[in-house]
Amino acid sequence: MTATTVPATSGTYTSDEMMSIAAARALSSGQRCFVGIGLPSTAANLARRTHAPDLVLIYESGTLGSKPGRLPASIGDGILAETADAVISVPEVFNYWLQPGRIDVGFLGGAQLDKFGNINTTVIGDDYADPKVRLPGAGGAPEIAASCGEVFVVMRQSTRSFVDKVDFVTSFGHGSGKGDRERLGLRGAGPTLVITDLGVLRPDPETSELVLSQLHPGVEIEQVKEATGWALRVSDELSRTEPPTETELATLRALKEA
Amino acid sequence: MADIVSLAEGVGRLVHDGDTVAMEGFTHLIPHAAGQEIIRQRRRDLTLVRMTPDIVYDQLIGAGCAKKLIFSWGGNPGVGSLHRFRDAVQNAWPVPLEIEEHSHAGMANRYVAGASGLPFAVLRGYRGTDLPEHTDTIKQITCPFTGEQLAAVPALNPDVSVIHAQRADRAGNVQMWGLVGVQKEAVLSAKRSLVTVEEIVDELEPVAGQVILPHWAVTCVAEAPRGAHPSYAQGYYERDNAYYEEWDSIGRKRDSFESWLREKVFTEVSEEASFR
Repeated sequence: MTATTVPATSGTYTSDEMMSIAAARALSSGQRCFVGIGLPSTAANLARRTHAPDLVLIYESGTLGSKPGRLPASIGDGILAETADAVISVPEVFNYWLQPGRIDVGFLGGAQLDKFGNINTTVIGDDYADPKVRLPGAGGAPEIAASCGEVFVVMRQSTRSFVDKVDFVTSFGHGSGKGDRERLGLRGAGPTLVITDLGVLRPDPETSELVLSQLHPGVEIEQVKEATGWALRVSDELSRTEPPTETELATLRALKEA
Repeated sequence: MADIVSLAEGVGRLVHDGDTVAMEGFTHLIPHAAGQEIIRQRRRDLTLVRMTPDIVYDQLIGAGCAKKLIFSWGGNPGVGSLHRFRDAVQNAWPVPLEIEEHSHAGMANRYVAGASGLPFAVLRGYRGTDLPEHTDTIKQITCPFTGEQLAAVPALNPDVSVIHAQRADRAGNVQMWGLVGVQKEAVLSAKRSLVTVEEIVDELEPVAGQVILPHWAVTCVAEAPRGAHPSYAQGYYERDNAYYEEWDSIGRKRDSFESWLREKVFTEVSEEASFR
């Protein structure tokens, strides 16, 4: 496609804001969403306060239906329990709510993501026993990635984070391609959407390889390719992300400042 | 009946060198005061168990109390890395740290199995991940009824579990509410237990959503006001988010961590510490 005119508003918001807003738009009212802290939590809270007021937020600390008025500082922020429909124990979160498939969307971040949507949050480097960088580890992510109806990933894009093959599979995406999830008996659809600060990637229906399907305003294809550690393919139906509306931006900023 | 003891006495009686120690509190009611008392009493060779080894275990690991960590997520929540944990794993400082790594679902189920008196738990987990390759305590099992492939993880039965709760009465009945994480399971899976509380009261007034641990299921109770700080105790004080940020700079360097140890753990000797 040819270069698109940069919208006049592009100077007034950051690429991180565009990422959070694009991620929020992917969520619908009434969906039950398992929310990780950081970028996923920002997006999910923004969605609930804009177009998806009945989005059900579930945090692994044991809250169903949290309605925080500001962004929680961590999954254990007291505001999540105080505003929840129900507060439950941690075994209950995983055994009664996640495992049987009661949650529609798992919203995850990660340190590394590969072209089949596998996520690494464990170690950087080839040697698990002697890692270059020791990351926090799995947390709830492996089972969130396996058991939610589908998974949305939100991550800043760079060649360091978007790699051909992750150093460690902490959370299974599409393995090494189409059919791997079914072979393993994983019930959810896995990553269906990867939202970055540059655009949106979706798995190719034939191969499950992530392809560029949407560009944020002012971003060019080459720029995204340069920020990707594999030979990124571009969808035939590449589209442009609508720039943030004033309401989206104002709501996002208010959430962050509250 | 649970014994009401001082924190120093509780740690002295229940936590021994070489023990497997679980300290739980999922983001809320994290037993920080007890953790620092374990450092103060210079326990060594502990196998530390905790789903989220955050600041409380960064301190114990940095102080050289641990030889092994069984966990599922080791970060500073909302901030970033645990630098003492990373230094131990990457550079074996101050002592080598063996790790046994799980997911939250796996850890939670290991406690449930332990509390239930079962040898293992079964869950739909770990499939396709690299964790089973590195963690011996994750095995596959075939459902005898459906043939489905599932994960099996062994029960956790710590020598001692330590938790923090809001209140206990004088008989040692323990009351907690808010996010209760996996604390009940941690206590019921352990051979011995130490519960620190914000206050000991004559009568436990019921609170919505409360969890009660009866006095006969708890070994020792110790009063430790603000014992969960910098985490929080619902109904008592808020999470000290600034401290989590501050820990990032304290824990980042060995010398700043050691100054913290000297000044905050070994110098600020509380009355309990004179127990030894």
